[in-house]
Formats: sequence, C-alpha cells, structure tokens
Amino acid sequence: MTYLAKPKFHHPGLTKNRLGYTHRDYEGKISTLCAGCGHDSITASIIEACYELSIEPHRVAKISGIGCSSKTPDYFLGNSHGFNSVHGRMPSVLTGANLANRDLIYLGVSGDGDSASIGFGQFAHSIRRGVNMTYIVENNGVYGLTKGQFSATADRGSKSKKGVTNTDNAVDLVAIALQLGASFVARSFSGDKTQLVPLIAAAIEHKGAAFIDVISPCIAFNNHAGSTKSFDYVREHNDAVNRLDVLTGREPISVDYAPGTVQVVEQHDGSKIALRKIDADYDAHDRVGALAFLQKHAAKGQIVTGLLYVDPDSEDLHSHLNTIEQPLNRLEADVLCPGSAALDKINASFR
Amino acid sequence: MKPTDISAPDYFHKVVDCQWACPAHTPVPEYIRLIAEGRYSDAYMINWKSNVFPGILGRTCDRPCEPACRRGRVEETPVAICRLKRVAADFKDDIKSRLPRAGANNGKRIAIIGGGPASLTVARDLAPLGYHCAVFDQDPKAGGMMRSQIPKFRLPDSVIDEETDYILNLGIEFKGGHRIDSLKKLMSENFDAIFVGSGAPRGRELDIPGREEAASHIHIGIDWLSSVSFGHTDKIGKRVIVLGGGNTAMDCCRTARRLGGEDVKVIVRSGFEEMKASPWEKEDAMHEDIPILNFMVPTAFVHNNGKLTGVTFQKVKAEYDANGKRSLVPSGEADETINCDDVLVAVGQENAFPWIERDCGIEFDKWNMPKVDPKTMGSTHPKVFFGGDAAFGPKNIIWAVAHGHDAALSIHRLISGEDVQERPLPQVHVSSQKMGIHEWSYDNDISDDKRFKVPHRDKVIALKDIRTEVELGYDVKLALGEAQRCLNCDVQTVFSTSLCIECDACVDICPMDCITFTENGDEADLRKRLKAPSQHADQDLYVSSDLKTGRVMVKDEDVCLHCGLCAERCPTGAWDMQKYLIDMTQAGKSCPTKARSAA
Repeated sequence: MTYLAKPKFHHPGLTKNRLGYTHRDYEGKISTLCAGCGHDSITASIIEACYELSIEPHRVAKISGIGCSSKTPDYFLGNSHGFNSVHGRMPSVLTGANLANRDLIYLGVSGDGDSASIGFGQFAHSIRRGVNMTYIVENNGVYGLTKGQFSATADRGSKSKKGVTNTDNAVDLVAIALQLGASFVARSFSGDKTQLVPLIAAAIEHKGAAFIDVISPCIAFNNHAGSTKSFDYVREHNDAVNRLDVLTGREPISVDYAPGTVQVVEQHDGSKIALRKIDADYDAHDRVGALAFLQKHAAKGQIVTGLLYVDPDSEDLHSHLNTIEQPLNRLEADVLCPGSAALDKINASFR
Repeated sequence: MKPTDISAPDYFHKVVDCQWACPAHTPVPEYIRLIAEGRYSDAYMINWKSNVFPGILGRTCDRPCEPACRRGRVEETPVAICRLKRVAADFKDDIKSRLPRAGANNGKRIAIIGGGPASLTVARDLAPLGYHCAVFDQDPKAGGMMRSQIPKFRLPDSVIDEETDYILNLGIEFKGGHRIDSLKKLMSENFDAIFVGSGAPRGRELDIPGREEAASHIHIGIDWLSSVSFGHTDKIGKRVIVLGGGNTAMDCCRTARRLGGEDVKVIVRSGFEEMKASPWEKEDAMHEDIPILNFMVPTAFVHNNGKLTGVTFQKVKAEYDANGKRSLVPSGEADETINCDDVLVAVGQENAFPWIERDCGIEFDKWNMPKVDPKTMGSTHPKVFFGGDAAFGPKNIIWAVAHGHDAALSIHRLISGEDVQERPLPQVHVSSQKMGIHEWSYDNDISDDKRFKVPHRDKVIALKDIRTEVELGYDVKLALGEAQRCLNCDVQTVFSTSLCIECDACVDICPMDCITFTENGDEADLRKRLKAPSQHADQDLYVSSDLKTGRVMVKDEDVCLHCGLCAERCPTGAWDMQKYLIDMTQAGKSCPTKARSAA
C-alpha cells in the first residue's frame, strides 16, 4: 500500500498506441493492496492488454464484487465505466448491463471467494448463458481481507500460514467453466505477464463467455512453504500447454517465444490468435479432452496454464435471445413504445 | 552483463548527475533538502566546504550541474541549482563560528600567486593545517577576476568581500598591489611550495585595419571591465558595438548600457546558437534591449582621421564538411558598415607568463602553456603547482576551485613526504532512509511544478546604476517551491538479490518503467529488451546477480525519479532507498584507503 499518488511523469521514450495513448493513460488510482500482491500484476496486465488493443477507455465497463480482487478495477482504466457491486453479484450486474448495452466491452473482475463461494451460483449462470464478457478470477486460495482462512479454491492438503492442513476439496473454476460451456477458457499466473497479457487481450476480443483463472499469490497469507498458490510452488509446477500472440492486423502482441508449432485461430471479429503449442498432444479445440487433461495433471500436482479451450464459432446471449442490435439507451420512444396496434398483435399471438 | 559493483565509489556518484558534473563535486541534493527544511546555514556550510564561494557562485557559476540535472531528462527544465545556492548564502545566519581557524603554525610557507578563486581555495585548504600562506595579487583587494571582471550588477562587492574575508581571516598574508615579475626571484625566497593561480589575464587582440589608428575608442573587453570595476572608467559613447559571443561579451554590453550606451549591439562571427555565452546570459542581455547580430565577421575599423566612426563586417554563412566540422564562408551579400562611437573587443582570453623564466625548471608546451598534470596540478618543477585559468587556459570559477582543492592536496602530500601521485579515495557514506513501512527520511513525493523564475529588478531602475544588482534572488517561498523540484538523486535504489521473490511489484509501480526482469545478455542486447529503452546510453544499467528463476533484475538509472515507490511496494525489502554521500578528499583529511563494503 502506498499513500503517495503515482508521479505523473513518464518515461520520455514510451510508445503510443493507435489512439495516441501510452500505457500510463490506462492506469487508475494507485493500488491500496499489500506490497507485492499478485493482483497488482494482473492490474498491470489488463492495462497492458487494453493499451495494446488500443481500446477506447470509455468503451469499457469494469464490474466487480467484494474482496481484494474486486478492489482492483479502481486501479486500472480510470476513465472507464465501473460498478463495484454486492459480494458475489458481479455476474448478474454484468449480465444486466450487457443486455441493456451490448456495445461496451465487459470486464468482470472477481476473486476466489467472490466467485467460488458466495457467488458460485452467479458465476455458473453467467457462464452457462454465454454472456459476452471477459471474466477474470484473481485466485489466491485464501480470504486475505479476513486474515487468511482457506477459500474454496485452496487445494486439499495445502497448508495455511499457521500450519493447518486444508481437509476440503478444491473447486476448480476452470473445469466448471469448461463444463458449463464457456467458449474461451484459460488459466494463467500473475507472475508470468508474457503469458497473461495476450490471454487477456484474446479474451477481450472473444465473443461469448471468456473465463480466465489467474493464480495470484497472496504475499501476506499464502506465499509460504506448504501453500500451492505461492510464487515458488506455481513456478515449480506450472505446466503451460501453449503460448499465444494476439494479432490485430498490426504488430503481434508478443513475439519473445521460441519457435514451435503455430496454429492460427480466427475469432468472430476477424482478430487472430497465434497459438504456439508447447505440449504437442494438447488440442485447444477439444472440450472433453481438455477436462480429462486437466484432471490427469491436477492429480499429479501440476498446474495447467495457457489457453485451454477456445471455440472460434462462439455465440453469445444476445444471439440466443435474438435481441435488438441497438443499446436500449439509444432507442427512440416510438421503438420502445410501438403503440396499441403492436400490443394487440402480441396479445393476439398468445390467444 | 556482470552484476553491478555498487561498492565502487563512482557508481552511485554518477547517478547523482549534478554532483558528478560539478568539478568540485558539491553534494547538490543534500544542500537542496536542507534549503527545503529552512536550514540555510547548514546548506551554506556544505557548499562552502565543496566550492568555497557559495554566494559568488550562486550568482555567477557556469552551472555544469544544470544541463546534467536528471529533471531536464524528465521534463523541460532542470532544477535551478545555481540560484538555490544563492538562497543558502542569502538567508544563512552568521556562520563565522562554524568556520575553521588557522592551524598551529607548522613552519611551512606557501607562496600563492594571484588572489582569485583557485589561489584562495588553496589558501583555505592549507591554512587550517598550519601552513603559512602568502597570497600575492596585483590588485589591492582579493578576488581576482571575480572582482575585476564580473560586473557589480551581477555580483556586488559585499558578497566578494564576505567570502574572501572568510578565507583571509584564516591567517593568510595577503599582499595586495604586489605584482610578481620574476618567478626565479620568488623561488629564491625558499618557500616550501608555490602555487600559480594568476589567471588568463590577457584579452585577445583583433588585428584588422584601423585598429591602431582608432585605438582610443577601441577597448579590450576584460581590461575595460576591470577598469570599470575599479572606478577608472565611468562612461562610454552612445553607440557601442561589442565584438565576441562569450560571457565576457555579455558583461561588456550590459555594462555599456549602464555607462551611457543607448544603442548597444553584440555582433558575433558564428551563429547565435553556437555562441559561447551561457543561454541565460544571452537572455539577460537581450532583455536589456541589446540585439545580438550573428554571422558577421569584422573586417575593418572605420575612422575619420583616427576618430572611430564604425566597423565594417563581411556577411558569412556556416558550411559543414563530411565530418561535421563547421567553416564560415562568405554568403555573397554586400559588406555592411555599422556606425558606432566605441568598440569593445571580447573575442577571447589568453594566458601570459612573461614573468616565468623559461630556465627555472618549469617546462612549457608548444602553445606556451606550462605542462601541468591534471590529476595533481603539478608542473614539471616538483614544488610549483598551477590552477584555475593559469593551468589550462580560460575556464570558470568552479573549475578553478576544483583545481585549488587538488593542488592543495598535492602540496600537503608533498610537504608531508607522501607520494603526490597517490590520491586517497573519497569517503562514502550510505545509509538507509527507511523510517517506517511507508515513511522515508526524505520527501519522496514528486513535485509537478515547472522551474520558478528568479525575480529581476525593474529594468528602468536596474539600468540607472551599475552597482544595482539585477537579480533579486528567490524569496523563501519560491526557494521552497524550487527545492521541491529536486528529485533527490542521491537517495539511491539499492537492490538485494537474495531477498527478491520476483513478484513484479516494483516493475508494476515504477512510474518511469525503469525496472525489467529478464534473461541476462550483453549490454547492447539488454538495452534493447528493457521495458522502456533509454535514449541515453551513457546512463548506467544496474544489473543484479542471477535470481531464482535464472533471470536478472535490470534497472536503467536514466530517468529514475528516486520516488521510492519500488521500495514501498517491495514486500520483502529487496529494494531499499539509501542515501549516498560522498566526501571528496581534500587536503588534511585522514586518508581512507578501503572502499566501502557493498550495501
């Protein structure tokens, strides 16, 4: 936590994106999280992804619930729309906002408590419905704000800071998102921005429910030996199946990977993802295979990261419901209230 | 790259750009913080120890520190370091009790030729050690060119008197009006060492047609300024042409404006941009309605039976060859004659040593300059040392002070029977500034203010009296604002590899994108892979040893604001903010031989 405002000066050599903004222009207020919190790196990654995609800040709505993770939308995209909702209720607020105005980019930011405990049902239904959004869970496995109790994503057998062993089974949000039909599912690590930034960028470009589980070590309560969400543990057990670059017709977002098998996935809006396979057997288009792969590796204590599943022909809630293209706030009175003749016609259809 | 050795005294010294650029290595951020605290006397004493003439330099220094100031790489203008020095001098209390006293006589006698800044520095460093210093000067009062050539409206006599007295009161024997005409004769008086700080006293001539005939209205700049200083000259014609583009020319034209010159012009051979004068001195001259005409080469003084009527100029333009070397070639335009009543020639200064016999053991080079070792300031005669403009030609006051310190150290080592070539290392203190979780013993909040202007006296009043100081200096409030602009570059970011858990917190918070965690490589390769590559390859990279993941931490020192946010955000204390204070070795210091251990 810092009390000073971040100085306004920036590096004189900073590059600008298509809109003429530097990455500093995508910042928000200064973070009040603990020093070293993984969430701050996720914040930096979101800033970087939005900068690289040249997103206009006023086209983004960032919505969160309650918790350390849910504070973070205050720390990025200071010129975007924001809604800090009730604990666990981010998905419903986001779904409502999305139905009312489909023109905005929806960024749902949540944590393991917010999404795997109190908001577990909300999480499930927003995924199940295919709401067009980027749903990021900043997953540290503990309740940091209440001093480090195990959360629902803490692995069975992992130890708390005080040395107590967790006896409950863990909720694997990635597996559940896959099962519920999310059309973009990824897992990453706050300590690996080269992997995380393109994943966030690709998720933003994806049409449909895009879910990213980001393991984000809690320095204060969950970064000790015996934790399975510490920097050291995640670095030792990280099994990345692929790396990706997002191609937006300009420079590729990231090019610092060793050459490997590259598979180009074109998303609905024409943007392309270049997937570099690390695990030759892994197929990011196979939902069933992905689930089996995840469970096999989880049993070995490995943390599978990367783009785990993507459906290039995905659809979203609006196409399922056949809603009007225009945001509701731009509809004129005659469209919103078509008159008694139209009402009679509807009533007649029910007779 | 190899891990950076931060225990080398120079590494962090270079990060303090202003101090590194200062020939006397004045600890600039340290005294600026004291000014911000209102501790003007303490700020003055820090300056006095390093640069001997804070009040004088705070008005007249060439400020090599300011172009180096990191603030100038972050926004448009550097901190007004020079004028803050004046603040310390203006608002200090009586500091006499804090000055050293003459040391118990050690029986050694030093002759010092010339009473300018280099000579007085030697005397100040040696007198407290018990040396008897005799200072010889042709002028009646001490100060040298500071008194004779710098106009009083820039530097009042009271300031010179005060600061020369601090030195002369150390038991110095000052022999004013005593010109040395023979070094041999002085040598025969059995001094234990001789220091030559006689300056560059000869103004360069301009030998073009008409020079001799119209001599009565053509004056050599520095001689004329000196004559004005001592009250021998108090008027000049209405139309004056000043030839030359250095700071002496600026002093000449502004002085002429005050002695009756109504139409005063500065005319230079080169382009306006290449003029040697400091930009602020050009500004001050132009503010006093003095136009500066460029690319005009004087070809003749025009006179009517010996009475000067004007100067003829050839118009030229600059051409650059393949190596970028400039030459001035005729532009083809017609020559122009500009009418005037007087001409001041300020086209350079030269050394002159007619009083040094060439067989007295001092070797001269082909330019008729003494051979001087830039490290020891020694000549080829073991007991004779040089400094200031006398050593390497015209420079400035702050270089003269630096030479003086070096020469005094050499003299002290020589007389103590130590090797003059061996220079003791400076003493370096490094201390953590951490006071609490987010508290530092320095103000790490970065001010967004632009450089504050120094108030000037109204032009009408200023031009009426040659002794009225033009610059009024900062008041306390402006000084505080300007002091807050300092980035505290001496509070260093110190990294401990063993504590780092590679959480990226410092990378994410750094406002200047200075920090990168990446695979190691050679410098050129690393520089390309920095988060924000720098345009200044002369600024060092701070590279750690290998971290747990096999990567290294690379910090580009270039535009670091020293805001300490990396250290505030570091969960393990791998970053710390540590104040670096370097105590340059001066004569009489106990001699530390060991470099400090790594932080």
